[in-house]
Amino acid sequence: MAAEHGHGMTPHEGAQPGAGAHAGRPDQAGHVDPAHAEHEHASIKTYLLIGLILTVITAAEVAIFYIPAIADTSWLAPILITMSLGKFVLVVMYYMHLKFDSRIFSSVFVAPLILAVTVVISLIILFKVLPTYL
Amino acid sequence: MATAALHPPTSTGLDSRKLGFWIFLGSETLFFASFISAYMVYKGESVVGPYSAEILDIPLTTVSTFVLLMSSLAMVLGLAGVQQGSRKNSLLWLGVTIVLGATFLAFQAFEFTEFYHHGLTLQTNLFGSTFFILTGFHGAHVTIGVLWLMILWLQALRGKLGPEKALNVEIAGLYWHFVDIVWIALFTLIYLIQ
Repeated sequence: MAAEHGHGMTPHEGAQPGAGAHAGRPDQAGHVDPAHAEHEHASIKTYLLIGLILTVITAAEVAIFYIPAIADTSWLAPILITMSLGKFVLVVMYYMHLKFDSRIFSSVFVAPLILAVTVVISLIILFKVLPTYL
Repeated sequence: MATAALHPPTSTGLDSRKLGFWIFLGSETLFFASFISAYMVYKGESVVGPYSAEILDIPLTTVSTFVLLMSSLAMVLGLAGVQQGSRKNSLLWLGVTIVLGATFLAFQAFEFTEFYHHGLTLQTNLFGSTFFILTGFHGAHVTIGVLWLMILWLQALRGKLGPEKALNVEIAGLYWHFVDIVWIALFTLIYLIQ
């Protein structure tokens, strides 16, 4: 089925799926079944639900921005970053199908993403936080 | 399984184009991280105005953010249309994605023009330099995405975008959603956390 959708398993391997491994996860013997590696996607209903959730979170973010009781406190940034992270994860997991695809795709994306976030946080600490203590 | 022979055998069992594209998207996170770092490091360091708090239009950008989020929804519906072999749905939802992407670019062009009229340019101050570079590169990515989707839409119009070409649409969709998640981060870091 994945091959029908062009999601990429080899015809040979697709015809002889390994036993016991599903959804691209290794089985007990460490074998990955490529036939199940990346073919299941979310339903249309799920896509619509995710779209609704993204809209609600965005509206909530902007509402929080205009509420002085929150906006004027140090809680604003952590709350907004958490909400953005939620949107980010929803899009990556469902719209980009990482929840259903092979973990190899997740690995090659998340590893540099972690490095990127580390770079941003390190530079902020180096240039904005540390100078206040020196 | 008539379309099974889409690519030669690979050691991972995965399509090399899709794997390569995910690696490319990983490199793109570092590309944007460098500009986000510059923006965050120089935030509040401008010695002349206009300053970010005076000039950023939250309501306008909220609408453009909503437009881009909905374009991602349209994109997955377009991909589903292609996978199901529905030419009508493919054309409709890929077309909606293109229109929403172009609308986002129109909002950005309007915003940039407004800022220019308020005296903010690349050379004005640190906010102007880092803001225009960061959002400008994002806008360039959106522009490339719109052009890419237009090519796919024309293929669908000519009946050359069947289920056997679904991976082409999926990869374009990955790019489009990546542009969307970058904006999710930028909207919060630039506009909401001032």
